[in-house]
Amino acid sequence: MSETMKLVLNVWRQPDATTKGDFERFEIPDVSPDMSFLEMLDVLNERLTQKGQETIAFDHDCREGICGTCGIVINGVPHGPQKLTTTCQLHMRKFKDGDELWLEPWRSTAFPVIKDLVVDRSSFDRIIQAGGFISVGAGSAPDANAIPIGKEVAEQAMDAAACIGCGACVAACPNASAMLFTAAKVGHLGLLPQGQPERYERVQKMVATMDNENFGACTNHAECEASCPKGISIDFIAMMNRDLLKGAVQHPIELD
Amino acid sequence: MELRSNAPDGPIQDSWDNHRFNMKLVNPSNKRKYDVIVVGSGLAGASAAATMAELGYNVKCFTFHDSPRRAHSIAAQGGINAAKNYQNDGDSIYRLFYDTVKGGDFRSREANVYRLAQISVNIIDQCAAQGVPFAREYGGMLSNRSFGGAQVSRTFYARGQTGQQLLLGAYQALSRQISLGKVEMFTKCEMMDVVLVDGQARGIVTRDLNTGEISSHAGHAVVLATGGYSTAFYLSTNAMNCNVMAAFRAHRKGAAFANPCYTQIHPTCIPVSGDHQSKLTLMSESLRNDGRVWVPKKANDTRAPGDIPEGERDYYLERKYPSFGNLAPRDISSRAAKEVCDEGRGVGPSGFGVYLDFADAIGRVGEDTIRERYGNLFDMYERITGENPYKRPMRIYPAPHYTMGGLWVDYNLMSTIDGLHVIGEANFSDHGANRLGASALMQGLADGYFVLPYTIGNYLASAKLDPVGNDHTAFAEAEAQVAARMQRLLDINGTRSVDSFHKELGRLMWEKCGMARTEAGLKEALVEIPKIRERFWKDVRVLGSGESLNQSLEKAARVADFMEFAELMCHDALDRDESCGAHFRTEHQTDDGEAKRNDEKYSYVAAWEYQGEGNAPKLHKEQLDFEYVKLAQRSYK
Ligand SMILES: Cc1cc2nc3c(=O)[nH]c(=O)nc-3n(C[C@H](O)[C@H](O)[C@H](O)COP(=O)(O)OP(=O)(O)OC[C@H]3O[C@@H](n4cnc5c(N)ncnc54)[C@H](O)[C@@H]3O)c2cc1C
Ligand code: FES
Repeated sequence: MSETMKLVLNVWRQPDATTKGDFERFEIPDVSPDMSFLEMLDVLNERLTQKGQETIAFDHDCREGICGTCGIVINGVPHGPQKLTTTCQLHMRKFKDGDELWLEPWRSTAFPVIKDLVVDRSSFDRIIQAGGFISVGAGSAPDANAIPIGKEVAEQAMDAAACIGCGACVAACPNASAMLFTAAKVGHLGLLPQGQPERYERVQKMVATMDNENFGACTNHAECEASCPKGISIDFIAMMNRDLLKGAVQHPIELD
Repeated sequence: MELRSNAPDGPIQDSWDNHRFNMKLVNPSNKRKYDVIVVGSGLAGASAAATMAELGYNVKCFTFHDSPRRAHSIAAQGGINAAKNYQNDGDSIYRLFYDTVKGGDFRSREANVYRLAQISVNIIDQCAAQGVPFAREYGGMLSNRSFGGAQVSRTFYARGQTGQQLLLGAYQALSRQISLGKVEMFTKCEMMDVVLVDGQARGIVTRDLNTGEISSHAGHAVVLATGGYSTAFYLSTNAMNCNVMAAFRAHRKGAAFANPCYTQIHPTCIPVSGDHQSKLTLMSESLRNDGRVWVPKKANDTRAPGDIPEGERDYYLERKYPSFGNLAPRDISSRAAKEVCDEGRGVGPSGFGVYLDFADAIGRVGEDTIRERYGNLFDMYERITGENPYKRPMRIYPAPHYTMGGLWVDYNLMSTIDGLHVIGEANFSDHGANRLGASALMQGLADGYFVLPYTIGNYLASAKLDPVGNDHTAFAEAEAQVAARMQRLLDINGTRSVDSFHKELGRLMWEKCGMARTEAGLKEALVEIPKIRERFWKDVRVLGSGESLNQSLEKAARVADFMEFAELMCHDALDRDESCGAHFRTEHQTDDGEAKRNDEKYSYVAAWEYQGEGNAPKLHKEQLDFEYVKLAQRSYK
């Protein structure tokens, strides 16, 4: 076993959306570098339970960096210091003895706090519902090889489709914009031949919904790309803006 | 309780067609008069909910996740099988059928498996049309790999994120139906019980995880798509929140539970690093296409892997199974790893690990190609272990991964409760005693897109369904019981956390009902589990209230059901006095240590009926007949 570390955690505690929150300080004297960040919180919660104090609420599920459920702002950075890494995949060997950490939830009006470090990200689902799909019912598909798709296009679509919907991009953006999230889906579907018939309608509807959900505007800070655990490129935002412009001019739709 | 498989007679190639013709249809304009409740929005649930909504039914879909896109299906890495034969390497529907029955060690229902193989080709078409970015060749055609012990290349994949991309496809189809108003979606809403009226499943009681509110939802049929129960072992490759509650609650209400002891242990997972361990991470099986598995020849060899010369390494899978080598099926590879570790030849700090070495492959095709194939997995390995697998072999060890057992269903995917349908990993249907790699995604989507939407129509068109609303007294009673159960958990106020009980139970299950099982061990477990359960109900400590987000309370309710369910697994493992597939009873092995079946006595599905807490469950048998696939000792030599 490697040597353990002593850490100080300042954790955001907030009972619900309407009550004011504040940081609470905890000391953990024996953090193993082999633990994941969330396992460290498990250990802390176990000790809180022993002491009869209510445990810290935080979201997580797969702990493999793919479900997009986890997300903590660690010392001001969504998902913490390691690039291309979700909170659940961050391991304590990235920290050192004596470090003091500040843990906060994603902060955005479009993501209200539910409790402690848990926020409500259903606004993302509503953006997808607005048009983030290809309208093809079960049963009506042609043979999968009937539409050849060049390897490069397929790979690029996959780069965009890799988004896990965690919301780190919003948390990182000074304007709390959801452009990278929206552009990733618009890019994924807009690049593929199957996505062409609805391409311009899709982008207009999704962007309109994004605006309605109280996400901020994009002013090209690129913090989203830097914090994205899947490395999704802001090039997709440029691509979306082009589609949006073209859509508005050549294929305008009525938005209610 | 009567088990009628309702599998059609006649030639197996035609049975699904004939069955579809014979089923009753609901008139298109009547479909909107039916409300269908779908619990779960993973691959199975999301695809079923979307498809039934496309057909015109009113669907209410529930998930305890904050979004349907988070279901555990998202984590599947390797791929999905389909008998497309795009590679022209001799694959066919019959071969996929045959491989699946054989891979399941002859413990599945032939008609179901045949249908699955037939439908597999439609799934790929459907997913490609939805925009799932499957891997492609330069010419634009779909790419395939061989996976999980198959000798043909029939696995479709999207980098190492196949489950994610398939789930997003289903989630997007579901989102479209939500926007059209045909699906009402309830997130962070956990099913706490099913409600029966006149013996028919007519709704569910749920708890809103954010507010604690308990509510009732009535419908004409209920579908469970609630996933598997590998977290019975506490440590597994499954997501932390996977659990058996929905299936177990249905079991308590009369749904038979089939083959609960069939649990798959996956051979390639990152080994445990310490007591803090919360889950085990799968390293996709596809790695075995290029990685070679080995341990030192001599016991307690603590040298670094690079210092152990070729001649002192034992590539035990290649040695024991020359024709399948490193691609031997999961159950066989897992047991082989356990065996070498039990001999003291395991590697890593705990001694419970074996090497998966890419040095040869890197030498052959270069590091860049390996990075292109598995880059994200290698990165994940490095993040977790701090070791660079391009330079040093990975360490892997088996871990609980998938549950072939599940609620018993007939050919129409209906359980022993009228109107209660079960799809995806939550049912027992197609994988027998062992699932082949890349076949779970196939089954979940087959059930959801192409089987259930038809068979449920037959049920709705033929059953006598009186009007039942959620004001029926059965709902009020069920709500009161749920509220009382939650209050009971909060009131205990003992000394130990929910997790500590879950870990204790999991450890016991891993030791006594894990990779190898014995009569004596199972009997011990059956003595121990009720004791743990009793302690749980006396001494668990759940803080906070039931009126807001309370993650300890959620977990407590789920773990409480594992406390009973674990006993059912052990009863089943004890009853099955043979080895088959992933169920390995040490007493029954061939001379070279392989699982030895007893077809004469155990060629049945064990379907268990609930008899009340603490009482031994009652066994019902569905006899399995093999008309097409000849029973044989599996051999991968
Ligand atoms: C790490 C990993 C890798 C895998 N890789 C592969 C692979 O490469 N190929 C392959 O074929 N298979 C693979 N599998 C297996 C496969 O992913 C699963 O068997 C499959 O995705 C299960 O899908 P499902 O829809 O049945 O269940 P899940 O995806 O688990 O969904 C269950 C749903 O039910 C909901 N739910 C459960 N209980 C309740 C309740 N009480 N109330 C409300 N909602 C509830 C959940 O919220 C969720 O929406 C893998 C599994 C793991 C663990
Ligand atoms: S818990 Fe799934 S991405 Fe972190």
